[in-house]
Amino acid sequence: MEFIELIHINKLNGVILKYPRQDNIDGTVCITGHHLILSSRKEGVQELWLLHKNIDSIEKKENKPSSGITQGGSLFLKCKDLRIFQLDIASSTELNLMAQTLENLSSLQDPSLFYPFFYRHMNPIVENGYTLYSIEEEFTKVLATEEWRVSRANQNYTMCSSYGKAVVVPKNIDDETLVAAATFRQGGRIPVLSYRHTNGAVLMRAGQPLYGPKHRRCRPDEAILNAVVAIGTKGVIYDLRSTNSISQQQSKGGGTESNANYSQWKIYNRSMDEVDNQQLLESYSKLIEACNDREISCDKWVSKLESCGWPESVRNSLHTACIIAQHIHQKAEPVLVHGTRGEDATLLVCSLVQIILNPDCRTIRGLQALIEREWLQAGHPFGARHRCGPYAAGAPRAAPTFLLFLDCARQFLEQFPCSFEYRQSYLITLFEHSYASQFGTFLCDTDQERQSRGVYTQTTSVWSWLNQPGELPKYINPLYDPTPSVIWPSVAPMSYVIWEELYLRWMIEQNTEDREEQYKVIRSREQKLRSQAQQLRRELFDLAQQYYEPKQETCDK
Amino acid sequence: MALSSLNPSNVLGELGRLANWFKGDCLTSEEFAGLPVTEKLENVQLLDKYNLRNPSKGTLYFATTHLIFVDHEMRKETWILLMHISTVERLPITTAGSPLLVRTKTFQSVFFVIPRERDCHEMHQTLLRLSQPVHIDELYCFHYKSTPDDLPKSAGWNFFDIQTEYQRMNVPNDQWVLCTANKDYELCDTYPSEVYVPARASTAVLLGSASFRSRGRLPVLAYLHHNKAAIARCSQPLSGFSARCMEDEQMLDLIRRANPNCGYMYVVDTRPRINAMVNRAAGKGYENEAFYENIKFQFSGIGNIHVMRKSLQKLVETCEQNTPTMSSFLSGLESSGWLKHIKSILDTSWWIACAIESGVSVCVHCSDGWDRTAQVCSLAALFLEPHYRTINGYQALIEKDWLSFGHKFTARCGHIACDGRERSPVFTQLLDCTWQLLRQRPEAFQFNERFLLTLHDHVHACQYGTFIGNCEKDRRDLRLSERTFSLWGYMASHLNEYKNPLYNPKAHPDTLRPDLTAQSIRFWRGMYCRHESGVHPREPLGDLLPASVEHCSALDHHINYLAKRINTFKNLLSRRKDDNNKDNAIVNYRNGNVNSVAIEAKTEELQIDNKFIYESGGSLSEMESANHDHPLKETSANSQSTKPKKIPLITEKLDASLPASLALLEKEVNTVALDWKSVKNVTECSCSTPLDHYSRKHHCWGCGRCVCTRCVRGRSPLPALASARPAPLCAACSPTSPPPAPPPHTNIN
Repeated sequence: MEFIELIHINKLNGVILKYPRQDNIDGTVCITGHHLILSSRKEGVQELWLLHKNIDSIEKKENKPSSGITQGGSLFLKCKDLRIFQLDIASSTELNLMAQTLENLSSLQDPSLFYPFFYRHMNPIVENGYTLYSIEEEFTKVLATEEWRVSRANQNYTMCSSYGKAVVVPKNIDDETLVAAATFRQGGRIPVLSYRHTNGAVLMRAGQPLYGPKHRRCRPDEAILNAVVAIGTKGVIYDLRSTNSISQQQSKGGGTESNANYSQWKIYNRSMDEVDNQQLLESYSKLIEACNDREISCDKWVSKLESCGWPESVRNSLHTACIIAQHIHQKAEPVLVHGTRGEDATLLVCSLVQIILNPDCRTIRGLQALIEREWLQAGHPFGARHRCGPYAAGAPRAAPTFLLFLDCARQFLEQFPCSFEYRQSYLITLFEHSYASQFGTFLCDTDQERQSRGVYTQTTSVWSWLNQPGELPKYINPLYDPTPSVIWPSVAPMSYVIWEELYLRWMIEQNTEDREEQYKVIRSREQKLRSQAQQLRRELFDLAQQYYEPKQETCDK
Repeated sequence: MALSSLNPSNVLGELGRLANWFKGDCLTSEEFAGLPVTEKLENVQLLDKYNLRNPSKGTLYFATTHLIFVDHEMRKETWILLMHISTVERLPITTAGSPLLVRTKTFQSVFFVIPRERDCHEMHQTLLRLSQPVHIDELYCFHYKSTPDDLPKSAGWNFFDIQTEYQRMNVPNDQWVLCTANKDYELCDTYPSEVYVPARASTAVLLGSASFRSRGRLPVLAYLHHNKAAIARCSQPLSGFSARCMEDEQMLDLIRRANPNCGYMYVVDTRPRINAMVNRAAGKGYENEAFYENIKFQFSGIGNIHVMRKSLQKLVETCEQNTPTMSSFLSGLESSGWLKHIKSILDTSWWIACAIESGVSVCVHCSDGWDRTAQVCSLAALFLEPHYRTINGYQALIEKDWLSFGHKFTARCGHIACDGRERSPVFTQLLDCTWQLLRQRPEAFQFNERFLLTLHDHVHACQYGTFIGNCEKDRRDLRLSERTFSLWGYMASHLNEYKNPLYNPKAHPDTLRPDLTAQSIRFWRGMYCRHESGVHPREPLGDLLPASVEHCSALDHHINYLAKRINTFKNLLSRRKDDNNKDNAIVNYRNGNVNSVAIEAKTEELQIDNKFIYESGGSLSEMESANHDHPLKETSANSQSTKPKKIPLITEKLDASLPASLALLEKEVNTVALDWKSVKNVTECSCSTPLDHYSRKHHCWGCGRCVCTRCVRGRSPLPALASARPAPLCAACSPTSPPPAPPPHTNIN
């Protein structure tokens, strides 16, 4: 298929762009295969480049006919980065052509037509983001314990189509056992290592066991789990679903572990159904709708915050992560986490637990590695989940699980402004690129798909770009002063803050960055003075030595 | 420290000495942390709402000013200022004992379980009696004898005076004059003795207008903008259904004409229309546009004191929920309507500010013109005038719009036992509105959140006379300025604590433009959940940034000292070389002069770069600097905070006192710490006093450790600082102070 077939109009003059808090721009729209470009002849007006993939929904509003004939109208382009543009077009024909064209281009589904395959990175790439975070390097310390090994049983994605090629499993479990256990777990997602804490307690994740109405059991699966529990102790399994949801799944062949078969494990559940069942999109849409309403009353606003459920999802995710992290950190118990498929709530919770426990995840590169391990390699289906933003009618598997994770991370930044190497703008950048980007990192649903479509060879990784010396410093938190230990966030409702820099950024002027600049000024002054004082002290002691012990000086000569 | 003298870590420093007057009355000679204790209850439980199963057990002390609970095992102290107690409630007896719920006006709620019912009953009675004196003379401020800073009683009382405040607005001028008719409060007894009225208003007009206004509160000038548009304030007219008064109509017309740039003016009735209508039936009401020439009248719908009181009550209940879920918290927040009320006050104030900015005068009233009117007049001025966003400016605003224009602090705060329906969080709302703006535009304000919380504490604490009484006349009659201390005096000697490190006076040189969409109005966790230590950010920027700034100041002084010492040694060395070895002139030149020039340049640069310096030092010098900072004593108050402070140059004395040996020099240099311990993750002081979210954390300049207020009492000049200013020191570093006092719990056992 050629783009040319989809593009019914490629240039249109006299389009007026209306945008909140800005002057209208009168300009020319050009449509390319991947971008809508609006340029104005006026000096100093920046061109607008909008990726078609960023467009979430297109609304056409024809002007009310005043004299019987409709005369043009407006296109409302609602974007996945939450912006809403209004394009006023004078002629109705052109309005329709433009609407059709944008509709065609923004609804393309074939990843090979996406921009990352056409984008050529200008600057030389110093490090290739696709090879930056190898499993061996990420788990060096774990592998050194001689208790864990990297298994290549999934080299051809036959064991589990959604996992990466390599997984970390207990050392004494061989590949045959893994393959056998895969038949017992949803999507072949066997229990694998997610994180090993400094006290040796581990966090593992999996898909649901296929326990089913017939109460199946699987010795190899039990063997994997029992391999991590020391004799005389117990591990903890957290099922992230309500009991209702579990029994529903059980009738369909899924379910949760039985106490009888997993006697070395305590089995709990904690409902994160809305995340696990990908029902977050509606909540997100309602949140954004409330955020975009400038006329909303205070009462309505608070009531919508409550009814949309988003703040509760944030709080609940953090709370669940805290509980699991407590098992690991305070009781040194191994924990297995799963939901139904183990691609949403499970990954979210595992990531948050690591932010709590592992100071590395609070660094810029550490977060990249975390996303690489826990989201990309672990098979979070970005392609499907991020097909729709908050404005679209919705697609079956679309859900902002990853955004929920970023929002939780934002809550951490609020409560621990010094413990993170990155600022919240880094999270926003990740959010934007996960929905529409020139980079290939977040394309497709699984590692397998990315491999087969040549994402790793034909596109540039977002990490390659982010880690460039010109880019990275923008995201460094001036207050960063690493906390070497665990951090426990408050999960009280009054501790929740809305991520205004993201959800409200186009509606309300944000000054977080200015404030951060101020922090930087104060901090760097402190550092400068400190080193100056240190230097002067050295100088003083040198001179004083010459003065008090003059003989030595003569000797030196 | 936000809680100034009211919180555990500070009480020792401040109340220890001043509570001596009680001693005579005491039946027991027992003391707690320096406070005489009148009664003591053992085996009391303190319930933690997040951890109901594990109450702390301890002893309850009745001190003269505080109720103190001490958990000896956990080394935890809970202090409640008796004057802060708002309600004491007995709950049904349980197996554990008799529960008693104590709530404070500062949004703390403490749940005690007392083993014996009789004790509980007695305690209930005592607390009720002590927290609400019957006579105003019983208030704490009349017995408060000395401040920790040894300030004279007069300090602060003369900081603000109305005439100077109006002079700052260029009043009197051609249009506005000082009116002497209220000299002895004969025109209106709840107004200041000095009011400013249109120059052309005759005494007859003033008298007539006053007689037509509720409680004689005639329209007078509240704020004059530089474009000549004015905010005038008054109370509702006694218009009933049809009454009119020529003088009052004339009065408003004169106010309108005092602004030559606009042919009309607005009259804003801040009440909801329905309330104003109801008032008409009682012979009061609102202006009829038909009678008053060229006015545009409008209502703005801010609820009355009862609505606000109930709203806050619901808000407090929401915060007190035992196991709040997101849903119950948000719906509680919504149904309290608190944010809605805050928004309505801000909306009205912003509307007025916009009118003034566009050159139209506004006359504001509500019913009596001392609650809502005070709120919107002062907030509108806060939007319009950068001066009011400074520490002294904000205090002046409170002096002018609230204290002198008769906001009934004693009644609204319930200082003494009175009708509960008179109580209302009107002033709390002013602070909340201010906080909303501070949150949105921190760079516009010289003060920080601690400043607002300190004000809130002291409005209720009655430790200082500043907020006692209901109007200026009350305060004069009570001779407060002779009999009590002023809060302004106390605050002036603690200015550093209230300074906002992000303040940049150039950021908003004119009108402050807020964002008043519902999404921007937030719940003020720092106020209403202040005592829930678990819900606040774990690494509070409010502590971190000021600590950085103070550290810079310490380093600056130290660098100056080092530079001076280096110069001294260079001179001495070069002199010696001149004497001993005249052939070595080249070496001499290289080692000496060139380097010293470089160092001087460095020092110079540092001084220019000094804009974030906080002057930190002894209380007295701070007091002086506060005085210099004062708007009344300087033409531009803003310049002070940004102007690089001159570091005193090293005196001859330093040269003379050269240490005798290298070791001594090293010792001298090391009296100042280069590195300071970060305030993040500090949970207790070395004396094991817990440091929670809002306790003020100090740094010892000597060792760089983070200590509590109790431990930083020693201040003395350090030899390695180029300033004779006494630096804050912990007990261990303080050379003169006695050995550190043992922590309070060991004191008792």
